[in-house]
Amino acid sequence: MKLTLNIWRQSSTQAKGEMRAYTLDDVSDDISFLEMLDMLNEQLISQGEEPVEFEHDCREGICGSCGLMIDGQAHGPQMGTATCQLHMRKFADGATIDIEPWRAAAFPVVKDLVVDRSAFDRIVESGGYITAPTGSAPDANLIPVPKEAADAAFDAAACIGCGACVAACPNSAAQLFTAAKVEHLNLLPQGQAERDTRVLDMVDTMEQYFGSCTNHGECTAACPKEIPLDYIAYMNRDYVRAQMRNRKLAGQRR
Amino acid sequence: MIGNLDSAVPAGDIGDKWTQHKFDMKLVAPNNRRKFEVIVVGTGLAGAAAAATLGEQGYKVKAITYHDSPRRAHSIAAQGGINAAKNYKNDGDSVYRLFYDTVKGGDYRSREANVHRLAEVSVDIIDQCVGQGVPFAREYGGMLDNRSFGGAQVSRTFYARGQTGQQLLLGAYQALMKEVRAGSVELITKTEVLDLVVKDGVARGVVTRDLRTGEVQRHSAHAVLLCTGGYGNVFYLSTNAKYSNATAAWRAHKKGAAFANPCFTQIHPTCIPPSEEYQSKLTLMSESLRNDGRVWVPKNPDETRPASQIPDADRDYFLERKYPSFGNLVPRDVASRNAKTAVDEGKGVGPRKNGVYLDFADSIDRLGEDAIRERYGNLFDMYERITDENPYEEPMRIYPAVHYTMGGLWVDYHLMSNVPGLFVLGEANFSDHGANRLGASALMQGLADGYFVISYTLANYLSGLLGESAVPTDDPAFVQAETDVADRVKQFLSIGGTKSPDWFHKELGKIMWDYCGMARNETGLQKALSEIPALREEFYKDVRVLGSGESLNQSLEKAGRVADFLELGELMCKDALDRSESCGGHFREESQTEEGEALRDDENFSFVSAWEWTGDPATSIRHEEPLEFENVALTQRSYK
Repeated sequence: MKLTLNIWRQSSTQAKGEMRAYTLDDVSDDISFLEMLDMLNEQLISQGEEPVEFEHDCREGICGSCGLMIDGQAHGPQMGTATCQLHMRKFADGATIDIEPWRAAAFPVVKDLVVDRSAFDRIVESGGYITAPTGSAPDANLIPVPKEAADAAFDAAACIGCGACVAACPNSAAQLFTAAKVEHLNLLPQGQAERDTRVLDMVDTMEQYFGSCTNHGECTAACPKEIPLDYIAYMNRDYVRAQMRNRKLAGQRR
Repeated sequence: MIGNLDSAVPAGDIGDKWTQHKFDMKLVAPNNRRKFEVIVVGTGLAGAAAAATLGEQGYKVKAITYHDSPRRAHSIAAQGGINAAKNYKNDGDSVYRLFYDTVKGGDYRSREANVHRLAEVSVDIIDQCVGQGVPFAREYGGMLDNRSFGGAQVSRTFYARGQTGQQLLLGAYQALMKEVRAGSVELITKTEVLDLVVKDGVARGVVTRDLRTGEVQRHSAHAVLLCTGGYGNVFYLSTNAKYSNATAAWRAHKKGAAFANPCFTQIHPTCIPPSEEYQSKLTLMSESLRNDGRVWVPKNPDETRPASQIPDADRDYFLERKYPSFGNLVPRDVASRNAKTAVDEGKGVGPRKNGVYLDFADSIDRLGEDAIRERYGNLFDMYERITDENPYEEPMRIYPAVHYTMGGLWVDYHLMSNVPGLFVLGEANFSDHGANRLGASALMQGLADGYFVISYTLANYLSGLLGESAVPTDDPAFVQAETDVADRVKQFLSIGGTKSPDWFHKELGKIMWDYCGMARNETGLQKALSEIPALREEFYKDVRVLGSGESLNQSLEKAGRVADFLELGELMCKDALDRSESCGGHFREESQTEEGEALRDDENFSFVSAWEWTGDPATSIRHEEPLEFENVALTQRSYK
């Protein structure tokens, strides 16, 4: 197939960027979207033009490195699919495709299609862990975890930290990411001791960087792991309860 | 010059060595730990676990990763599971059995004492991970679930759907971020280690390049831990992530660290076959699929019917036929070679006749589609996205692909290389898997090294340095290393050739796959040993790297990594030629049994090959660490 690609080029964070058009011939249906960009880059290098920088690594939809706005949709047209797992058979011959980086104030453009998502690490750093120093944990089967609870924690933990939720949100809010990170741990028995401080610290940190949630739901539609909005509700519930609870009594059965 | 390679294995009964040695090693008191600076390179399972653990204990840690976040390290892509000798299934597992299976599975080319320690700490890993909130699969009663995995007759594999590596890495990453918050670990992202600084024969620090600004920096420490993964990407097409590379390990090798068993690479049997020329990497389908999938090819090479219309009588379930006791669960090397044989005989399936079937129809009949979806849903979805075929309805097509490297930098029992102060953890070292790694053992080793081994052995080393400060970064050794790194960057940018770094990488990959892949012989390896240096020479004359060294430049990063692969690939072929026996994943066609299985030569090759850098891979010098088997009797492996 033959494609016209409008790609965002920006030489540095400070520089002004622009959309630039490229044409690409002989693209096979069976290659992935990123392999199509590899093809373009080989063509650009042979023409003496600097290749397009884009993040990618595992190309299996799990590392969360890749993430492009494709025709205005985070990760493109296929539901539940990261950019690296999107294949060109989803596009028509002769198509024009717009390719942009994530757009959010908290994710400044580093170069071309690469953005800086370190704000996510700041959220995790502020409480997204269970304090269990190496060697201190009891036998793994000491605390049974109901299967439903383990599965619900897993569904949240499936988040790959790609940032599509932020990119898709009209407010650039990071509620879905933060909720996934909070609830993965807050839903497990092992996470209860820090349940209140975790949600308070992580939500407060989130608000330093990101916009506010107004329940559009674009995040979950764009999420390559299809993390449901329910987790935002769980997080809000935990947040409100944490504000009210006397933590000196947290050792008592609730 | 590398002297005697002392494995430093402590004396005593195999079951008591580690316990006794933990008592015998020296400690660093809590109030002294903050006086020691430690650099951890890489934030995968081994690196994140080590950095978090050392931070918790009070050392001053710097964790360096070339990713934008530690959570992106390639450990994240591991699917199937992690082994541990918990014996929760009450089916006859024990520390000794895990030890025995690992030594046997490695085809008797690993170091017994290291493997036993690995099996011992495996049980602590599971406790640790559950304590951190890793959501392993559970039974309805709330207890942990297990499954069996290739090469094992017990169910000892813990898993989190098909995303075990992701969940374990998130656990280690979160522990690491906890220490970043506590201020004990300084996290440095988007920064690549490009040289090891050695002074008076001791590792003193590293030189890095900031990938966003191009700034070259010096970092000094009392010890350097390389946790940088394997070198499977030397083949270009592999299941490794695109950024995975050997540069930090290779730079350390060039500064004196011995490289052990470089030819021991693992070809994983169940990957999606390549579909066309621009294929950029291969995708693994977890080995756990072999628990419920049956491997077969049509008996007739000219078969044209779709899989579902081929009756059982016209199918060859070749693993079940040849290995009745292990069947589809034979170890990886055996499964891979048999798939290659079927395809070489012209019985391959799919449009390019380059795969074999992995069929779930019987399991779906027996257990129902929902049970199969519960176990492998995400893998089936991934397969469908890539191939546009529905594996619930037609069998998967699979073929072996490069997956893991058992070889790596040589380390002693303390995980220290022959360069004092340089420690190597996880896939980057060589010690635990011999010539073939068992499924679900890579995650186990990365976390064992990072959580439960290094904090003891590093303290033993550092205790001797109390009162000594780290070498200052204005020392001539640092200045020289920084100059070398900066010059190399300038060199790539100034060649001004005609071909991209990827072009050279693909050419190298073809040579490696053809002559140093699943089967190797003397003629092919000799050919590779003449073609690789020629390709390397062409690279330095004709590579084209555009742009500047002062901003993000992935093409420039790639050039440096390919340059190192072009040297490492040659050493791998040299090692493969030198080791004229077959063992595990290293199959020399000249050395096979009458049934076509790998035939070891224990009399002449029961040793670790540890190579010393001389300035040119062609003249690298081989040293030997003899392997002694006091507990596991050497036998011809049989999975029949």
